[in-house]
Amino acid sequence: MTGPARRPTRQLLAPDVPDFDRRQLPPNVRDALAGLLLAMADDEFVIGFWDSEWTGIAPLLEEDVAFSSLAQDEIGHARAWYEMLAVLAGETADRLAFGREPAQYRHARLLDHPRTDWAFSIARRWLYDTADSVRLGALARSAFEPLAEVVAKVRREERYHLMHVDVWLRRLAAHAGEPRQRLERALEVLAPDALTVFTPLPGEWLLVESGVMSETNEQLAERWRAEVGGLLEELGLPALPADRPPAGGRNGHADSESFSWLWGEFTAVHRLEEGVTW
Amino acid sequence: MVSPALASRPLESAVWAALHDVHDPEIPTISVVDLGVVHRVVVDGGCVRVELLPTFVGCPAIDVMRDAVAQRLAGFADHVSVEISFAEPWTSERITPEGRAALRRSGFAPPPAGLPDDGRALPVLPLAECPYCGSRNTSLENVFGPTLCRAIYHCADCRQPFEQFKMV
Repeated sequence: MTGPARRPTRQLLAPDVPDFDRRQLPPNVRDALAGLLLAMADDEFVIGFWDSEWTGIAPLLEEDVAFSSLAQDEIGHARAWYEMLAVLAGETADRLAFGREPAQYRHARLLDHPRTDWAFSIARRWLYDTADSVRLGALARSAFEPLAEVVAKVRREERYHLMHVDVWLRRLAAHAGEPRQRLERALEVLAPDALTVFTPLPGEWLLVESGVMSETNEQLAERWRAEVGGLLEELGLPALPADRPPAGGRNGHADSESFSWLWGEFTAVHRLEEGVTW
Repeated sequence: MVSPALASRPLESAVWAALHDVHDPEIPTISVVDLGVVHRVVVDGGCVRVELLPTFVGCPAIDVMRDAVAQRLAGFADHVSVEISFAEPWTSERITPEGRAALRRSGFAPPPAGLPDDGRALPVLPLAECPYCGSRNTSLENVFGPTLCRAIYHCADCRQPFEQFKMV
């Protein structure tokens, strides 16, 4: 009853288990997997909320609609990861998404920066989307079937995000003067932090050994540089940093003024009345 | 019409027939069956399980569809469950010919069909056919629209803006 044979690696769970049983996973792998899911969920959740900040005030009406749609997509992806994590952790997706303090979030530090201006948001989206795409490509081969299944679906949607941001990166780069200057400035600030998407995870070796991840984050960072660095070169934009992904790249969010502000916004309703529906 | 294989399984056949009554809340002319959202129906003794594939991961309509399916099937078996599945990705190729006609009737261009698609790079998308006048003299105004699954077009012949159900 599985789809086409696309995952030749060892299977942690029998395929075709819609609601998987967390007890089937060895506890140490389960904990490491929870860390991976939390990182991905928080990444998508936080960028989704930053994107939603453009609703109503983007430079073009079309981009109001586009960024609202991107935001809805990303928060939808986050929900899928939080729900999977909720099964692993015996939690609820809502409590995971809204019920933590800023210091407990594990998104990449790239996503702590505020929305800033249009060029900045485009630069960050390009860095994040291309990095996320490399990560999803590797997870499409995951031995953890429920993860690989959702990744297969998410990748089909992310193609529209990549196409959209590619057009905007080229458009801003092609306009000498303010658009290009703002883009260059944004990339200089953001590119070093882009590596935080590939921050090594606790117990990552267990994920690689069990086939949950097909490659380490350090290998993924290399692949990302090789795949997308060429476009920056083609456009004459600042190159991606050659550093290794930093160890603490998903911690320390309580110190970020902009993330603390965003956290206050997206948890406002939950803090007012936990469990409320509307 | 009931396939010969289904004819020998009356309950399963009745479930599929009933699912034709459940419509997409965002595009009420198309049923969940014609939209290709029903992954499978499993009948096991007194239990019926329906598995739905979301058109988009973040589609808010999927919860509405799940509730509507459960409501429509209430009383079909002792235990009816409706689950969201990602066992295979929903793609716009799953929309049936009847579904494509239903989209046109409500002013939506159906998604491009039959394009080679490896699921990675987006293929070059042909311009949509205007659902009002049938012209291909159209332009893509925005690949993002009012819902996750819709893009915005304009027809240069009948000067009508319209939406297309996106290829995904």
